[in-house]
Amino acid sequence: MSEWFDIGENLLDGGVPPGAIEVKWDRYRSEMQLLAPANKRHYRIIVVGTGLAGASAAASLAELGYTVLNFCIQDSPRRAHSVAAQGGINAAKNYQNDGDSVWRLFLDTVRGGDYRSREANVYRLSELSSDIIDQCVAQGVPFAREYGGMLSNRSFGGAQVSRTFYARGQTGQQLLLGCYGALMRQVNAGRVRLFPRREMLDLVRVDGRARGILCRNLVTGEIERYAGEAVLLCTGGYSTVYFLSTNAVNCNATAIWRCYKKGAYFANPSFTQIHPTCVPQLGEVQSKLTLMSESLRNDGRVWVPSEPGDTRAPANISESERDYFLERLYPAFGNLVPRDIASRAAKKMCDEGRGVGPTGYAVYLDFSDAIEREGIDVIRERYNNLFPMYEEITGEDPYHTPMMIYPAPHYTMGGLWVDYNLMSTIPGLYVLGEANYSDHGANRLGASALMQGLADGYFIISYTMEHFLASNKREQVSTDHPAFAESEESIRREVARYLSHTSGKSVKQFHWELGRIMWDKVGMSRNAAGLREAIGEIRALRKEFHDHVHVPGTGEELNKNLEMAGRVADFFELGELMAIDALHRNESCGGHFREEYQTEEGEALRDDENFSYVAAYEYRGPDQKIVLHREPLKFRHAQPSHRSYK
Amino acid sequence: MTTGETMTLHLKVWRQRGPDQPGALTPYTVTGVSPDMSFLEMLDLLNEQLIERNELPVEFDSDCREGICGTCGLVIDGIAHGPKRACTTCELRMRNYRDGDTITVEPFRARGFPVLKDLVVDRGAFDRIISKGGYISVNTGSAPEANTIPVPKYKTEAAMDAAICIGCGACVAACPNASAALFVGAKVSQFALLPQGHAERKVRVVRMVEQMDTEGFGACSNHGECEAVCPKKISITYIARMRREYFKAALAGV
Ligand SMILES: Cc1cc2nc3c(=O)[nH]c(=O)nc-3n(C[C@H](O)[C@H](O)[C@H](O)COP(=O)(O)OP(=O)(O)OC[C@H]3O[C@@H](n4cnc5c(N)ncnc54)[C@H](O)[C@@H]3O)c2cc1C
Ligand code: FES
Repeated sequence: MSEWFDIGENLLDGGVPPGAIEVKWDRYRSEMQLLAPANKRHYRIIVVGTGLAGASAAASLAELGYTVLNFCIQDSPRRAHSVAAQGGINAAKNYQNDGDSVWRLFLDTVRGGDYRSREANVYRLSELSSDIIDQCVAQGVPFAREYGGMLSNRSFGGAQVSRTFYARGQTGQQLLLGCYGALMRQVNAGRVRLFPRREMLDLVRVDGRARGILCRNLVTGEIERYAGEAVLLCTGGYSTVYFLSTNAVNCNATAIWRCYKKGAYFANPSFTQIHPTCVPQLGEVQSKLTLMSESLRNDGRVWVPSEPGDTRAPANISESERDYFLERLYPAFGNLVPRDIASRAAKKMCDEGRGVGPTGYAVYLDFSDAIEREGIDVIRERYNNLFPMYEEITGEDPYHTPMMIYPAPHYTMGGLWVDYNLMSTIPGLYVLGEANYSDHGANRLGASALMQGLADGYFIISYTMEHFLASNKREQVSTDHPAFAESEESIRREVARYLSHTSGKSVKQFHWELGRIMWDKVGMSRNAAGLREAIGEIRALRKEFHDHVHVPGTGEELNKNLEMAGRVADFFELGELMAIDALHRNESCGGHFREEYQTEEGEALRDDENFSYVAAYEYRGPDQKIVLHREPLKFRHAQPSHRSYK
Repeated sequence: MTTGETMTLHLKVWRQRGPDQPGALTPYTVTGVSPDMSFLEMLDLLNEQLIERNELPVEFDSDCREGICGTCGLVIDGIAHGPKRACTTCELRMRNYRDGDTITVEPFRARGFPVLKDLVVDRGAFDRIISKGGYISVNTGSAPEANTIPVPKYKTEAAMDAAICIGCGACVAACPNASAALFVGAKVSQFALLPQGHAERKVRVVRMVEQMDTEGFGACSNHGECEAVCPKKISITYIARMRREYFKAALAGV
């Protein structure tokens, strides 16, 4: 028995349809119930989020005839954080004739996720990957091409085949502008109503079903009510729980967290990905960490000084005094080992006192060999915007002195639990993109998040949601329903509480302190003692936050500190759940590394016997214990093996 | 990477409580600014100091803080996105300033971009322009196999040079006529350059240009200020291309 949670007696069922994995999806969607086309416009669908998942879903549903209400925090849907993705998007096109296939992409993704994902979902994702590229090209996404006019690919994130499609270092931007265009076309057609500068603050359930949301209008402060037949959360990831991360400053967990508190289970909250190649922290008042594309590891060599405390300039440290630790530890993959392994190795070097830079928490990424081998012009062309970007941030020229990099929180594999239909445990509440936990298990492969967001939004949700709507009677719910009023009342109370103090620490300070606890104790490597401490510290800080946080201004105006207050309040609760989940999972897998569970060589030690399941938590009320529900994972095709990159 | 010494800066910041209220430049002093900070982190620091004194923080928009989302945008000492070329406000670093400097910070101003509060403006006009044709009309599921239509590399590259627009609106803020021609020209050109965009080439340009005029953006008179401040260095040759597209469409009677 755990002091933190009860264990649910029944196992969770992902609702995977029968049949061989290769034909499952095809057969399933062909057997689904449909709505009469003319009837669809009577269905109001609420889509929260305008990233790759949200914009693709909203556009596709509107094309089918639904009436769509689409919300986002930014002033324009085009600014959702998908816009920042750099590297690329995977698809099993096998254009390079190098042995790729749907099957291989499927196996790679399951293995990359360290056998903590649902096979059937991953297979479907691989299957749909090619359609995504077709769709995007037709939309005018200017993917990189060869001289002959055909699409270009690169190998990415340690994959042994070249299956990544890219548009310079701005793939996310170009894909997002593709779906944003499709979305705006539907806005013009009157089928999508757009609500920018809105923040969803609550979900409304009527007779158990998701029937609406409440938003704060971020310009006027008004609390607005919206009712619909289904709600789609496409609200992205929660790496900003760490304060410093590669995510945008408005990324948050509020929408999914408030749905969790309305009964949606939260799956694998502690599964987070720490990206190895980010510009290290430079100062205390820093607001974010900038990602330097993973592709840099194709040419850069990672090293630290062999001796601890060596503060000489890199140029003065001779070859024999350098430790190219990834090449030494992992001779087979060298600098191209997966993200989690590269990140932990860098941390280890710094913990040994061999880190570099002003804080001692950085390692070198050195291009001098590549420049010597291929010439500075080749390197310049290959990484066009990255070197100047680095120079802009740090003031140092990476053509002549090695870059400094350090890992940073980047992606959250955890999220709301969904079944094969992408529906949460609340009927009518769907979760798409990074906000759900579905396809990446304990670790996501590079270039597969863009693929997942678009598969969910373009090619899955329209089928599964339609089936749900067609199998239920349509009953209109009005925003006058008491459930809306109740929810509005509780939001007003919350806002009033934040605004009640005229002195005390700011929201940002609390967020920063929470981030420190999360990074130190629920970050790249974790242990039971630290996780327990973290839970205690988070609780104490949360109490202080609610008693003393100082939010200036009023609730009836644009007030970004007030917005952040609600998000940080949710991060406290989520942070605690992450620590509880990490503490319960007595194994190391993917991005989750428990120091107690490692091999003699310091590699992650998975425990398939006891932990081959998805951990999904149920909230039952403020004074009740949460419940841990388990969805067992069975591997029929991708046989669990231990990853080895030696 | 620098450490240690910090700066004290004097700011004059545009403060305006709401859309219909008067605004004014208000002086502030911010201390402890490190050269490694970004311009927005400097404003974060100012806000923390204001909150501590129980004053209202300065509202400004930002999101990615790495120059790609187009959310941030300030006029710094009279220049949209500040003194460095090819750089958004969030990418600008304080090492470009000296201890004791005075800096004026204002919102992007234009008829098409009304101020909502302090440094936050409404750029919804850009979305409305895109809604009139900034896309290729293709429903989900109806696309041909991706390699069916080869596209010459130089064309893709030229389309990409236009497609990288982040929609920040600096071009409008910098233009003496508050014209949105660079923004619209970039989108029109991206699709005019790609074979996939040809079917709607003529209606697209006409509708987008009409909407641009409806929104109250001024006419382009070739000042070139837009290109000078564009953080993505989008070339004004795309405006010329838009004009050609427009005349061709007009001749065809669209
Ligand atoms: C720097 C960086 C680089 C990356 N590079 C790659 C890459 O090369 N390849 C790859 O595959 N993946 C990459 N990823 C991951 C990938 O970009 C994301 O996982 C993916 O884009 C998420 O898409 P999304 O649609 O789920 O969410 P997002 O794009 O984050 O969109 C979330 C949307 O929800 C809205 N929202 C959130 N909360 C609320 C609320 N409460 N109310 C109303 N609206 C709300 C937001 O306004 C936004 O519109 C990268 C991520 C980062 C941070
Ligand atoms: S905040 Fe995204 S471009 Fe500046």
